[in-house]
Amino acid sequence: MIPTNKKYNHIWKLFEEIPDPEIPVLSILDLGIVREIASEDDTIVITITPTYSGCPAMNLFEDDIIAKLKENNIENVRVKMTYDPPWTTDWINDKARKRLEDYGIAPPIKGSQDKGELFKEGVKNVRCPQCKSKNTKVISQFGSTACKALYKCEDCLEPFDYFKCI
Amino acid sequence: MKNSLFKYCLRLGDNSLILGHRLAEYCSNGPYLEEDISITNTSLDLIGQAEAILKYAAKVEGEGRTEDDLAYKRPEIEFYNVQLTEQPNGNFARITARQFFMDAFNFYLYSALKESTDNTISAIAAKSLKEVTYHLRRSSEWVIRLGDGTNESKIKMQEAINDFWRYTSEMFEMDEVDEELIAKGIAVDLKPIQDLWNKKVDEILAMATLIRPEDAYMATGSRKGYHTEYLGYILAEMQYLPRAYPTAKW
Repeated sequence: MIPTNKKYNHIWKLFEEIPDPEIPVLSILDLGIVREIASEDDTIVITITPTYSGCPAMNLFEDDIIAKLKENNIENVRVKMTYDPPWTTDWINDKARKRLEDYGIAPPIKGSQDKGELFKEGVKNVRCPQCKSKNTKVISQFGSTACKALYKCEDCLEPFDYFKCI
Repeated sequence: MKNSLFKYCLRLGDNSLILGHRLAEYCSNGPYLEEDISITNTSLDLIGQAEAILKYAAKVEGEGRTEDDLAYKRPEIEFYNVQLTEQPNGNFARITARQFFMDAFNFYLYSALKESTDNTISAIAAKSLKEVTYHLRRSSEWVIRLGDGTNESKIKMQEAINDFWRYTSEMFEMDEVDEELIAKGIAVDLKPIQDLWNKKVDEILAMATLIRPEDAYMATGSRKGYHTEYLGYILAEMQYLPRAYPTAKW
């Protein structure tokens, strides 16, 4: 779910070239972090939303966006932040999910609700990105970054990150 | 109205900021690597939530201050976090008890604040709730695991629950700030939240085979900016750099 506005197609395209610093196979466009492009007088206003409240990459995204547009001769740019609607993993598109898995991170299972219940063994049927087995289990709800959980494959025994659903 | 909303935002933001700071102090002291990462991730979520709400507080105040000014340049008496959040870490059971009490409170609070008539507060609440849901699940699981664990873990968990119990009623105190904002649909009545909190605490303590302490002396004061001795030390550390070098930038 990426909002599109044909008028700024050339700008949307540029965002494919800005990678997430922790998951370089995903662009900020894949993640659905950019919510809107609009203009106010002669300034382009880009609205972005954080994946997690404390996501340390938000300032970096702002700098990257401004730098990328400058490279393309768009000088008057302002980046603003919104929390509404709150970011959800459902905005990650299918192509990006495939790239995530190839990179070794199990993609979030669409529309799943892995929340609120005690001792639920995390999301079931998370597919091991290495051997594709679904015989996997959660090791920790928090992985190397806030957006990931740590899983282990019971067949190939490799640990892996799962991009958890919010 | 402006003053009440400003103060209300400070309460929300300060709870997250101070608890987030306490958890950050535990970085590298977790019982094992995964748990260490969980603690610091929770800390990061809380500090992010604090940043969002303090940014809004600064805007509501309209005096040109930023969220950083509010975090780093306010004196102790102007902090409104509940005293529970500032209590020192100690052992892992204590961190777990403090976190569980706050997570359960935040979970029901944000669930209700999602419907706030103030659009910024409702958006931040909806965002925070997604994160707090994970926090509550994790801290609940640890209370149960330690409570229904070995003799030693059970004793430590029960001691932590007992020690922090006196700080739990403060979360639900309401004053004229709440009254004014509840009437406008901005803030929420904490009484039903207290009922939900009690139910959740009873449920988890029962599963953990722990005993719910009786209410005795209950701490109070944070709504007026009164704190235990511990907050001053946190602020001394947190605020030293921005106060000593006011022009320092990242």
